[in-house]
Amino acid sequence: MAKQVKDQSAMRERPGLMIWNKALPYIMVAPAMIIFAVFVIYPLFYMIYVSFFNWNMISEMKFVGLANYTKMFTDKTFWKALSNTVIYVLMYVPASMILGTLIAVFIQKNTRINKILQNIMFLPYIISLVSISFIWMWMMDYDKGLFNYVLSLFGVEAVNWLGGSDTALFSLALVNVWKSLGYYVLIIVAALQGIPGYLYEAAALDRANPVTTFFKVTLPMLSPTLFYLLLMGIIAAFKTFDSVSIMTSGGPGNATDTIVYELYKQGFVSYRVGYASAMGVALMVIVGGISIFYFAVLQKRVHYQ
Amino acid sequence: MKSKINILKIGKWLLSAVLFLIFFIPFYWMALTSLETTAQTLQTPPLFFVLKPQFENFITAFNAIDYLHYFKNSVVVTAGVLIIQMVTVVPAAYAFARYEFKGKGLLFGMVLATTMIPSQLVFLPVFLILSKMGLINTYWSLILPQAASAFGIFMLRQNFMQVPKDLIEAARMDKAGEFKIVFQIMIPMARSTIVTLALLTFISTWNDYFWVKVLTTNETVRTLSMGMTMLREVESGLVSNNIVMAGNLIMLVPVLIAFVLAQKQILKAFAYTGVK
Repeated sequence: MAKQVKDQSAMRERPGLMIWNKALPYIMVAPAMIIFAVFVIYPLFYMIYVSFFNWNMISEMKFVGLANYTKMFTDKTFWKALSNTVIYVLMYVPASMILGTLIAVFIQKNTRINKILQNIMFLPYIISLVSISFIWMWMMDYDKGLFNYVLSLFGVEAVNWLGGSDTALFSLALVNVWKSLGYYVLIIVAALQGIPGYLYEAAALDRANPVTTFFKVTLPMLSPTLFYLLLMGIIAAFKTFDSVSIMTSGGPGNATDTIVYELYKQGFVSYRVGYASAMGVALMVIVGGISIFYFAVLQKRVHYQ
Repeated sequence: MKSKINILKIGKWLLSAVLFLIFFIPFYWMALTSLETTAQTLQTPPLFFVLKPQFENFITAFNAIDYLHYFKNSVVVTAGVLIIQMVTVVPAAYAFARYEFKGKGLLFGMVLATTMIPSQLVFLPVFLILSKMGLINTYWSLILPQAASAFGIFMLRQNFMQVPKDLIEAARMDKAGEFKIVFQIMIPMARSTIVTLALLTFISTWNDYFWVKVLTTNETVRTLSMGMTMLREVESGLVSNNIVMAGNLIMLVPVLIAFVLAQKQILKAFAYTGVK
């Protein structure tokens, strides 16, 4: 109200000021909006558009209708990449969630030792995946790595961690769980510390044992945080590219070829831009579907205080 | 009863020790290897400590890649993203928090939609757009796509909305202009959020591998995380892990120093990303 009065008086004094005041909010949001429009929203539609063409970035674009999509659904490499990605999600997400929750419950008290543990666990999360990958590639080395040496002490045969087609995807998941576990723990500890103490007192009065208290008090109170982490974890795992590119290049064979890595290869190595775009659209549909499902269905059922 | 408590205590200590070792050993192994000779890295059983540390490994690693070139690129790209994000995020958050204007709902909906679209999925069209603009292999190709943060606008807007209206009205009475209000009231009130957002942007940009990999085609503007990968490729054939680990350690030093100095703020900043 006060602002309106001021605007009117301003108009009487200087008509130009009125226009300026009207334009000001648009001027303020414009830089950010232009960036989003050019680098997120337009690319999304451009990718959908390109997915209907055959194009190698140099020659003329050739309209092919749905051919890229039909090709994709019959392409064994695509299905292999998709199944690798899903298997990776199924290894990375539950491991992060379960270990994250258990460790968070274990170290939730504000003691010195717990602080040290939380810090050292968080450290890998802020370090470049390139550095982390190099350390693990060395520890997982087939001939000279630390892991296989330790296994040999127990008489276990050497494992070809990153080089074996049965183990490579698991090894990638292992490195990534190790790298990001500290983040899960951090978020869950913060949520645990937000649970009001009287709920635990009530549980204690009812002589509930620790396990019952965990399932009846702690877990329901954590559920909004856990579902949020679940969504973020699934999306991050579906986008897996960096560790594949650094540690295995999708190999051995195509044992660790994920969708985003396959998309990269189709686009930047084979220059099949239209086909790669179709894969991008497919991945967008999957990730978008998961997000919509989360917001439409799950979030309503999650317990909020 | 007492012995039961003791067993519980010992169990807790053991579990803590195991957890600590799981996260400590990889770092120890890196540091250890970086001080070994190449022959020592290849022996079985491996060394568990070194008596004669090979500090020259660090010089070899430093000279193996053009470290300063990549370091300079990392600084330019990170500083560029940070500065431009401030210019795009702060005014936008302020406008969404404080003004009523036509299309506000639609534009803010666009911000929310952007937080939901994983921008990494559209790297191919982003590359095509940047190459049409002739920006590939320039700093702009790595700065512009990250030049605005939807998450930042969303968080900062909430913070700005919490600034008491009376405070702003009082400033208006004193004939303070909008810029004065933003700089003297809003930004100081939201300082901790701004620092947090800057810290998150700094860490993600400094460590970024993905965008550098997909948006550059030569070494001109590639940053440290990408340059590092050359360490494993310099010497054809065998990878000398002592040199790779020494290079890795050089690369980690700035991050480790930052973490030791600001671990509280860093943990706080990341805990913030989990708040909805």
